[in-house]
Amino acid sequence: MPKTISIDPVTRIEGHAKITIQLDDEGRVHDAKFHVTQFRGFEKLIEGRPFTEMPSVMARICGICPVSHLVASAKACDDILAVQIPKTAKRLRQMLNLAQLIQSHALNFFHLSAPDLLLGMDAPPEDRNVFGLMNANPDLARKGIRLRKFGQQIIEWLGGKRIHPAWVVPGGVNAPLDPKKREMILERIPEAKRITQEALDVYKRIVDDFAEETRTFANFPSLFVGLVNDKNQIEHYDGKFRVVDAAGRIIVNKLDDHKYMEIIGERVEPDSFLKSPYYKPMGYPNGMYRVGPLARLNIIDRCGTPLADQEWAEFRAMGRGAVLSSFHYHFARLVEILYGIEMVENILNDPDILSKDCRAMARVNNHEGIGVSEAPRGMLIHHYKVDNQGLMEWANLIIATGHNNLAMNKGVLQVAKHFIEGNEIKDGALNRVEAVIRAFDPCLSCSTHALGQMPLQMELYEAEGALLDTRSRDA
Amino acid sequence: MNKKKLATVWLDGCSGCHMSVLDMDELLIELNELIELVYSPLVDHKIIPDDIDITLVEGAISSTDDLEKIHKLRKNSAMLVSLGDCAVTGNVPSMRNHFNVNEVMKRSYEENVDENPGSPTSVVPQLLPQTRPVHEYVPVDFYIPGCPPSAAAIHHVLVELLNGRKPDVSEMTRFGA
Repeated sequence: MPKTISIDPVTRIEGHAKITIQLDDEGRVHDAKFHVTQFRGFEKLIEGRPFTEMPSVMARICGICPVSHLVASAKACDDILAVQIPKTAKRLRQMLNLAQLIQSHALNFFHLSAPDLLLGMDAPPEDRNVFGLMNANPDLARKGIRLRKFGQQIIEWLGGKRIHPAWVVPGGVNAPLDPKKREMILERIPEAKRITQEALDVYKRIVDDFAEETRTFANFPSLFVGLVNDKNQIEHYDGKFRVVDAAGRIIVNKLDDHKYMEIIGERVEPDSFLKSPYYKPMGYPNGMYRVGPLARLNIIDRCGTPLADQEWAEFRAMGRGAVLSSFHYHFARLVEILYGIEMVENILNDPDILSKDCRAMARVNNHEGIGVSEAPRGMLIHHYKVDNQGLMEWANLIIATGHNNLAMNKGVLQVAKHFIEGNEIKDGALNRVEAVIRAFDPCLSCSTHALGQMPLQMELYEAEGALLDTRSRDA
Repeated sequence: MNKKKLATVWLDGCSGCHMSVLDMDELLIELNELIELVYSPLVDHKIIPDDIDITLVEGAISSTDDLEKIHKLRKNSAMLVSLGDCAVTGNVPSMRNHFNVNEVMKRSYEENVDENPGSPTSVVPQLLPQTRPVHEYVPVDFYIPGCPPSAAAIHHVLVELLNGRKPDVSEMTRFGA
């Protein structure tokens, strides 16, 4: 009897998506694809606008990581001004970027993924959310809320508001750090560290219960790409490209970020608004690579802060070369939160952090600018061209989640093959198909410069293409 | 106690309004006693229920998918709130209205591409010729401007509506806030 399975919408991720799964004649999973179904067109809609508006306009690509877009956009604008921004401005932008990393990772761990990790992949769907977590484990839910709040408050205290602050501008930032705010952030650091370490303990206690998921959640060889600093440590604001293979060998080192086009190509998929970037020297699809927390921890020589480095050593011990299971994105995010908190503390203790020199002024001196930074979900590339008046003529944006498209597709297939058996589809199996996507923490609004509410719809087809199964998870 | 049924939906926006809902922080724990989130990107219910008390709409109407959703939500909700500037005016997403929709697609899927250029057409929904605010398609009961509105403004609106009062956000938020 023909039936169709629908997961519509895919929830607890950020964006609109759909999955299709093809079965062979024996009812085994033959192929699976991840389709992103919304598109907004930022690369075009900015045409004719002054480039100085770009940080604020581009931030509207994403309300989860607006600071990443602010930072990458402002860096592209610095390039157009042809200025080197003051040291204090750089440190302040760096701190804002880390505050966002902390809140965004906390959001994924506590609000979106903890329901699967702590209540279980097979928990009833009506409980499997942050409110269910508040009922089952109010203490941990409250701590998660407080950790996210820690990051959001730093953004508010530096930038004036939590979401879409207008503080980051071409040439630097538009106001120095208020000494009172510096004290307020410093006071809250011990609690943030404690909560993160507790979350790491919780994660390490439960990870063995997810051996099957660890084995099958997008666990395969791929390249890993991200930025490193001049000491080969983790770097989110300003670094150079490093590419590492599955064995952990460095194949590209310290490539200037302005040369992104030498290593990254983009291919259109006819059935998704999300393009598939690939590592150019290896072509499509062999040049599949991963970015984001897992990749960043795989490419570096060390983090560079003491508490994060201890955790990083444990992380790296899980793989002989690079750590390959995407389930460990969860662990990597927690390590990065710890790093972020330690770095915020370091930056606040920088003797020049209260300096009032935090903005360079100039006119258009270059007609092209490129800004690259690490967003919570991976590398973010903004590339602009302007006319003599500084009006935007063209933009190219390659955004964190997009880099993972090939790996997410392959991961969906891997999980579907393992957990879905032809005729009887359990809710828990479908939730795992969603959960592998959650592990990547995709931000589809960002990546297609689109935004959505995640209808991940799943349909089961026969090899010839006939629809096999329709089922609603709520029915 | 009978919890009120709340739905939230995210159409052509940036999710910033949803993040501002989460920015209520610890107040979310109190709200959890008063409301049940019956449909939202934050929970796993896949079907729009037919007896929603309040729906918060983030984002403008931009695709055939958005249209389908907004009509269903309007039909099934006692009260529908446009949350944030994109829902209220179209805001940044409607900047694409200056261009033909095919030109917008061409930039991303033909010009800025290395392999297999061409706009995606299968599986994905169709973009409408223009991005428009919610009230051009369905009646809206209450508007909260802001990009995004602050958590305090959203909290105020929810508490007032839950208590059967008319909220006043004129001092709490503004367009572009």
